[in-house]
Amino acid sequence: MPNMQMTKTAVTEQDPKVRARNFKEVCLGYTEEEAKNEAQRCLNCKNKPCVSGCPVSVAIPDFIAKVASGEFIEAYNIIKSTNSLPAISGRVCPQENQCEGKCVRGIKGEPVAIGRLERFCADYAMNHADEVEKATKPQSNGHKVAVVGAGPSSLTCAGDLAKLGYDVTIYEAFHTAGGVLMYGIPEFRLPKAIVQKEIDSLKDLGVSIMTNMVIGKVLSIDELMEDGCEAVFVGSGAGLPRFMGIEGEALVGVYSANEYLTRINLMKAYLDDYATPIKKSKAVAVVGGGNVAMDAARSAMRLGAEKVYIVYRRSMEELPARKEEVHHAMEEGIEFMLLNNPTRIIGDENGNVCGIECIKMELGEPDASGRRRPVPIEGSEFVLDVDTVVMSIGTSPNPLIRSTTPGVEANKHGCLIVNDDTNQTTKEGVYAGGDAVTGAATVILAMGAGKKAAKSIDEYIKSK
Amino acid sequence: MYRILTKRQLNESTTLMEINAPFIARKALAGQFIIFRVDEHGERIPLTIADYDREKGSITIIFQAIGGSTKELAALNEGEYILDVVGPLGVATEYGDVKRVAVVGGGVGCAIAYPQAKALHAKGVQVDLIAGFRSKDIIILEDEMKAVSTDFHLCTDDGTAGYHGFVTDKLKELIEGGAQFDEVIAIGPVPMMKFVCKTTEPYGIKTLVSLNPIMVDGTGMCGGCRVTVDGQIKYACVDGPDFDGHKVDFDELMRRNSTYKEQEKAHVCRLTGGVRNA
Repeated sequence: MPNMQMTKTAVTEQDPKVRARNFKEVCLGYTEEEAKNEAQRCLNCKNKPCVSGCPVSVAIPDFIAKVASGEFIEAYNIIKSTNSLPAISGRVCPQENQCEGKCVRGIKGEPVAIGRLERFCADYAMNHADEVEKATKPQSNGHKVAVVGAGPSSLTCAGDLAKLGYDVTIYEAFHTAGGVLMYGIPEFRLPKAIVQKEIDSLKDLGVSIMTNMVIGKVLSIDELMEDGCEAVFVGSGAGLPRFMGIEGEALVGVYSANEYLTRINLMKAYLDDYATPIKKSKAVAVVGGGNVAMDAARSAMRLGAEKVYIVYRRSMEELPARKEEVHHAMEEGIEFMLLNNPTRIIGDENGNVCGIECIKMELGEPDASGRRRPVPIEGSEFVLDVDTVVMSIGTSPNPLIRSTTPGVEANKHGCLIVNDDTNQTTKEGVYAGGDAVTGAATVILAMGAGKKAAKSIDEYIKSK
Repeated sequence: MYRILTKRQLNESTTLMEINAPFIARKALAGQFIIFRVDEHGERIPLTIADYDREKGSITIIFQAIGGSTKELAALNEGEYILDVVGPLGVATEYGDVKRVAVVGGGVGCAIAYPQAKALHAKGVQVDLIAGFRSKDIIILEDEMKAVSTDFHLCTDDGTAGYHGFVTDKLKELIEGGAQFDEVIAIGPVPMMKFVCKTTEPYGIKTLVSLNPIMVDGTGMCGGCRVTVDGQIKYACVDGPDFDGHKVDFDELMRRNSTYKEQEKAHVCRLTGGVRNA
């Protein structure tokens, strides 16, 4: 008999007032008892709508059944068979739009907390490593594949190929593998030690990782292929930050979210014994409404800002960030300035930011995206007193690969063009996935693309 | 890990290091740069490549120990390792169809003016190398620069060696004296590059500058290195580091480069444990 409790089993979180000033993980995860209780809410439906909502097709009801019966390692193995990074996706997936969004329990009441259960299993397995069958390097099949970038799509692709016996080398531009998982998503949402463990498990499978290698500069894709790689996967991510093109964006104290978060997460500017500096701000305006904007705002708060604003031109309904992040941000005291659009950034006599002028907006007719278009209300300009502005309005794919690889074509947004079924680019043997193809999207979609590409690469090489 | 093959002190605060980096050495071209990180706790700092040896698999960097990270780098010795070196980054300098070029270097900027002069000289271009220093005792690479220039003009601010005056005075004198420069390449402190551009502008001589703004990744991801060129945002790491100097907003660049001045002052030195006051 399932547990008919209408709401998700509560999970322990750090107190908002305390956590708003530290970088430790916000959510502490389920205990074994809590996990079992939540797992018993699953109805084990025949048609499994949750699975259809998962980009990597995790056998959700099956793993949940194992959690319910206390067989946690078995549950983990079920997840791991299709999802190579469960500790990560359990923490950062937008479950409300995916598995949990399709859960039958969500029709009346709250859906099963699939994300929390996934995380529980992954953490349990990490803490009981001796009970988990350790991945070992499979016998080599003699074929070489190169993977460009070391973010979620690349890690997934590399892992799947290595399991099939391929000789895989990852080329990463930064000094650390992990991509957005390391430089973008903050420690308090995704501890870096967890990301590192997932990367280490790839090394156990025989994947080699070369850091400080900017493909397109130090080596081209053609050179990788001349060097014996039979296929190349490009997961180079969404590179160039966008700015609004308004006055004052070059003032001291204006950051792109990429720079702000990279300084904090990758370079550890929040720790005293790391040399990378970051501005000590009193009041910060973060422009944008995505997950990255939430991460930047909550990081600013943790660095000691007294006031942190999210400035977003649409309303809460259109705000694209994960619900949980918005909820957490509000609890931590972030102020949401919705239906406001920046018109200029104001500087003092030394060129430092001292304010941001915004105009109030109202929602008009739906635009091409299907969301109601924000329209400025004439004469409603006002100034927010801030000393830092973080622009978090998206990125466009890095041009390095497309500009140095003849035959690889991109669309007008700079995104690499791929075949939807195979993730092959317009060049034979070259595959791509993640933000380099979609523009800024989610970790799990990138993982799904890496998985699909790995399958296609395997078929391609075997058919040669 | 990148081994320091040779280390040479060029003056009290300027160091030359030849580093084992075979992948970078294979591709490096004049005008490109690397980013280094001394150790796990270090910053990522860009430095222009001063020279490379493709056969030996090495690159040469020349830097002034001026901030925390460059001081830490300078403290390393031959045979020791730098944790991270990534490159070659940026677009290599593109020389137009030129017959005579003035290469202007200021202080440690001469470390980069030198390979530019060398590349031009090797192409048979007539090179006037104008090298400026504050004073005689901090002159670097004098013999090397002489060897790769048609005319070498050494300048010191205090007149202790060579021409007594700024590089801009010397440059103006040469232009006024009838020198027909097809191009001027200026590398040095931002104010120097700004004034070189001001000097050449009335004569309509194309002037290339090499910018070194604050950077994190060096691949176009962080946007920290953005500079305004001809009213447009450009990223020095992927669009540069060379730009048409007559179109660069130098004042903005100077302001942005001072972003962390206060914090840099209070930088706790990991070598001495003391707080350094710049």
